[in-house]
Amino acid sequence: STICQLAEIHFILLFSRQGKLRLQKWYTTLPDKEKKKIIREIVQIILSRNQKTSSFVDWKDLKLVYKRYASLYFCCAIEDQDNELLTLEVVHRYVELLDRYFGNVCELDIIFNFEKAYFILDEFIIGGEVQETSKRSAVKAIEDSDMLQETVEEYMNKPAF
Amino acid sequence: MPAPIRLRELIRTIRTARTQAEEREMIQKECAAIRSSFREEDNTYRCRNVAKLLYMHMLGYPAHFGQLECLKLIASQKFTDKRIGYLGAMLLLDERQDVHLLMTNCIKNDLNHSTQYVQGLALCTLGCMGSSEMCRDLAGEVEKLLKTSNSYLRKKAALCAVHVIRKVPELMEMFLPATKNLLNEKNHGVLHTSVVLLTEMCERSPDMLAHFRKLVPQLVRILKNLIMSGYSPEHDVSGISDPFLQVRILRLLRILGRNDDDSSEAMNDILAQVATNTETSKNVGNAILYETVLTIMDIKSESGLRVLAINILGRFLLNNDKNIRYVALTSLLKTVQTDHNAVQRHRSTIVDCLKDLDVSIKRRAMELSFALVNGNNVRGMMKELLYFLDSCEPEFKADCASGIFLAAEKYAPSKRWHIDTIMRVLTTAGSYVRDDAVPNLIQLITNSVEMHAYTVQRLYKAILGDYSQQPLVQVASWCIGEYGDLLVSGQCEEEEPIQVTEDEVLDILESVLISNMSASVTRGYALTAIMKLSTRFTCTVNRIKKVVSIYGSSIDVELQQRAVEYNALFKKYDHMRPALLERMPVMEKVTTNGPAEIVQTNGETEPAVLETKPPPSGLQPASQANDLLDLLGGSDITPVIPTAPTSKPASAGGELLDLLGDLNLTGSPVSAPAPQIAQPPFLLDGLPSQPLFNDISAGIPSITAYSKNGLKIDFTFERSNTNPSVTVITIQASNSTELDMTDFVFQAAVPKTFQLQLLSPSSSVIPAFNSGTITQVIKVLNPQKQQLRMRIKLTYNHKGSAMQDLAEVNNFPPQSWQ
Repeated sequence: STICQLAEIHFILLFSRQGKLRLQKWYTTLPDKEKKKIIREIVQIILSRNQKTSSFVDWKDLKLVYKRYASLYFCCAIEDQDNELLTLEVVHRYVELLDRYFGNVCELDIIFNFEKAYFILDEFIIGGEVQETSKRSAVKAIEDSDMLQETVEEYMNKPAF
Repeated sequence: MPAPIRLRELIRTIRTARTQAEEREMIQKECAAIRSSFREEDNTYRCRNVAKLLYMHMLGYPAHFGQLECLKLIASQKFTDKRIGYLGAMLLLDERQDVHLLMTNCIKNDLNHSTQYVQGLALCTLGCMGSSEMCRDLAGEVEKLLKTSNSYLRKKAALCAVHVIRKVPELMEMFLPATKNLLNEKNHGVLHTSVVLLTEMCERSPDMLAHFRKLVPQLVRILKNLIMSGYSPEHDVSGISDPFLQVRILRLLRILGRNDDDSSEAMNDILAQVATNTETSKNVGNAILYETVLTIMDIKSESGLRVLAINILGRFLLNNDKNIRYVALTSLLKTVQTDHNAVQRHRSTIVDCLKDLDVSIKRRAMELSFALVNGNNVRGMMKELLYFLDSCEPEFKADCASGIFLAAEKYAPSKRWHIDTIMRVLTTAGSYVRDDAVPNLIQLITNSVEMHAYTVQRLYKAILGDYSQQPLVQVASWCIGEYGDLLVSGQCEEEEPIQVTEDEVLDILESVLISNMSASVTRGYALTAIMKLSTRFTCTVNRIKKVVSIYGSSIDVELQQRAVEYNALFKKYDHMRPALLERMPVMEKVTTNGPAEIVQTNGETEPAVLETKPPPSGLQPASQANDLLDLLGGSDITPVIPTAPTSKPASAGGELLDLLGDLNLTGSPVSAPAPQIAQPPFLLDGLPSQPLFNDISAGIPSITAYSKNGLKIDFTFERSNTNPSVTVITIQASNSTELDMTDFVFQAAVPKTFQLQLLSPSSSVIPAFNSGTITQVIKVLNPQKQQLRMRIKLTYNHKGSAMQDLAEVNNFPPQSWQ
């Protein structure tokens, strides 16, 4: 029997090898304190995993799917019955999108342009579900949106309300 | 007023901080600047300030004072503002703050904006964090957008609808019309999100599920096109076209095909095709195969397809990639019940996974291994699992131990093997064994009658070296208390019997009592064991008395109480001590659920036994009893007298206390007010439950077991319906002399191969002139159906002097034991 789930992906975390948070996207409602606690716990769990282990960790009633790309860990929490192997592909696709947008993306890009990392994620996933499976379309939407951002003059001159 | 520092500038500055304190200082300074900027209602730099705030929020600093500012940004006309505003709302706001509702109107406006990217922002925000109220207010807008021809918006609207349904399930119906043509889209984004929406609706509503079954052929077609189509750079992943969409379609097919023959048949071919043609060299192909296997196993697929699926899982198990092995084990665990034989074929690979370094893989391999144990492979499997128990992480040990006990109980090839396995678990993982395992093990050991000597010897040796593992020590203490006589008399047949003296046995039990490592419960076990040995040991009774009296002033209340009661047993009730501390009977078969049942069983059989029909010769007493009943006002023929010990909350070792507790609940029908007439006790104290025993008039002849000096003891017999090895003997002692016999105690002993249980006597006074009897029930367990023999010892006071006699009873009728 199926369990009606609240989201396929419950949250996504990006953090460095020193455990510094670079992005947090939550698709379920939790108090801030709870989020901080979860982040600390999960970062600790994943950073202590060695090379010989799988990419999946049973955590509470969820599964953590994680992968390290260069100096950044990408971690997705999914429902227990979801397809872990596909989630690895989801993570990989996100990295590809970042790479396509930034050109040879590295951690510094994510640090200095964190809002863009969020915008890209939001073009790829909504409410914990994938919305676009074409790399080209997702990145194009961001680039087009970027074009909509006003120049300084436009920004200053346009009325606020 | 200089312009506020730019975002990237701030990030650069903060990153130069060398200490946490330095960083905090920078942040506080900037926050102060931002706050004053907010207070000044500065429109120009609001966006920049909120962006900075979001960065600091990510570092872990509070940013709630920016919540309202996000709302102002969302309301702005500038796209830049809206982008940051919506991002801020998603990061800083959620449905638990009332302020979030202020967004509703802005979102509504933006959902109707002329620029699709603004509409997109609104849809995204609503779909990620919309509260139930917001969803209710805006569902209509979402539904409109679900019907737009703009695929960029349509795909977002679909996921927004999914979120609305998750938050407010009652709204699901309104999206039904819009789903009509969703699958006709060519756009993959819309297709994917549509499949997600349909899946959500089907999972939540059986009606929707039935309604959407007609989509199966279309879904199959779409899937087929994906597989057959040539290379499409836009959706390609390592040579596979849009794996995300393929997997979602497979999942929807699973839901539609479940429990439906027609649908399952319609998708049979495509599943076989995907299963055989998907490239397995990369993770993406295996992700699709995995989903395919899950679908095959869940729908009503042909057996050939099922075998194909299990074989795919079998191949997964051999894959070098740990992730693949992990999902294989997970799936096999799901299918092991339904496709047991197919999974059995992969047993050795699964067992190998027990040695994997990955904790999640080990856990699954362990669970799967237990699921695969059966009568044929139990020896080999247990060997592997015991080895696993030895070396696994502590987090597994409790579950593993429990699993081994369960499997051993179900499939043990011999009692010796069973005991050995239990021993092995207790000695290797002794401190991880669950508390409820102890009473179960005790019951198992008790019922393995022929292994008692061996078991107690092994347990004794086990705790000699180390008595720190509590469950092990508890079981060992109990066994030593119970079978200590076998231990010192060196009766072990299974292995070389050891030479142990009574003192040595008491030494170890006393060590357990004294040790700081012993839990209170364990001490209780040890003390009771020592007490029980007082009737099994011959030379050390004084030592035992001493130990018991010392603990009468223990600060541990539990121990103190026990010691005080045992002391009382020595002092005032010494004649009852042998009966009370008698060997435990074979317990009725209970489920492996713990002590409560065991106690109940013992309790139940007592009154049931007493509830026997009177012997034909006893018709007179019966009518007398009826008269008595009328006197007592009982309208029933078999009144209920609450004497039976009901299931007491059994603490570990509690069942022994209950035995002593029976001191007060002797099922004594001789209620004080009633006159001393010959009352057949069975009518008065029996519960009106279904008799377990044959009607006596089925005719096992009774015997006079003893007759001397005016004391006559008759035995009447019954055989149990449920257990042919059990014979119930009811003794009736009568006194033909002119003076009462008081403090009467009847004791019995049987040969080794039998077991005896003596229940409480009806009283200790045999009135003179045959005017009354004492009755007592003996239960004899005779598993080997040997000829019944008994030695009895009688003690009583008569005419001012203490009397004692020993006799043998050899005239048991064959029907009582054959």
